[in-house]
Amino acid sequence: MLKLVAKSPAEGLVPISVGTMELSEVVPAAITSIACYKGQADTLSAALKEHYGMALPKTGQATGRAGARAMWAGPSVFLVGPEPHADLSNHAAIVDQSDSWCVLNLKGADVEAVLARLSSVDMRSKAMKKGQVVRSQLQHMNAIYHRVSDDSFDIYAFRSMAKTMVHDIDRAMRYIATRA
Amino acid sequence: MRIPCPICGERDRREFYYQGDALALHRPDPDAGDAAWNDYIHNRDNPAGVIRDLWHHEAGCSHWLVVTRNTVTHEVLGAELACKVKGEQG
Repeated sequence: MLKLVAKSPAEGLVPISVGTMELSEVVPAAITSIACYKGQADTLSAALKEHYGMALPKTGQATGRAGARAMWAGPSVFLVGPEPHADLSNHAAIVDQSDSWCVLNLKGADVEAVLARLSSVDMRSKAMKKGQVVRSQLQHMNAIYHRVSDDSFDIYAFRSMAKTMVHDIDRAMRYIATRA
Repeated sequence: MRIPCPICGERDRREFYYQGDALALHRPDPDAGDAAWNDYIHNRDNPAGVIRDLWHHEAGCSHWLVVTRNTVTHEVLGAELACKVKGEQG
């Protein structure tokens, strides 16, 4: 039998260390889009609590913890980590997006300065706290930024653009390191 | 130019895609007749002043917005969710 070898979206591209910054890949077991049906937000939230111990996130927020998160992603919410429980489809439209996204973790003391070179949105700590989510651009492509701690962000962009994503973040890290 | 998205807050114009006059939200009844449909599909005002347009927050929350702006002063006067304007749930 032919055995296929699964490759992660950024395999061979990261990890990268530049100055104070580190860029590494996060590979969630699954990413699922959960688009709540009309008037079902409360029951969907209850189902998420029952199965994963986290509520439906409000606009611009994420709930849960590493390995099992619910993240606001515009009109829908992304379940990041666990496989979707069958019960969720009673309250929402469920779409598997596991192979659609490249998720990178950007960590280090200069994380806010690096992000300022990638997006026009203010992601400094006074404007964006831990657990908050912003959808914006990463240079010229759409991306989702999730602040997971004081000095680290998970960044989501399209898997097909993984190399561009790594290139753009790498270049921003180098600019900041050069100026230090 | 910055657009005050009701979901995301004030954002740079580059995050948005421009569609056209918000008249597009007022689709006539199928039986409204040729004149109404001709107006809906082809005819747009071109005012020097306040205009209401549809913009898509493509690199943001993905919502459609109705943005009110002034074509003379370039002032952006406000933005609301298109689904709210239509009276649908957001």
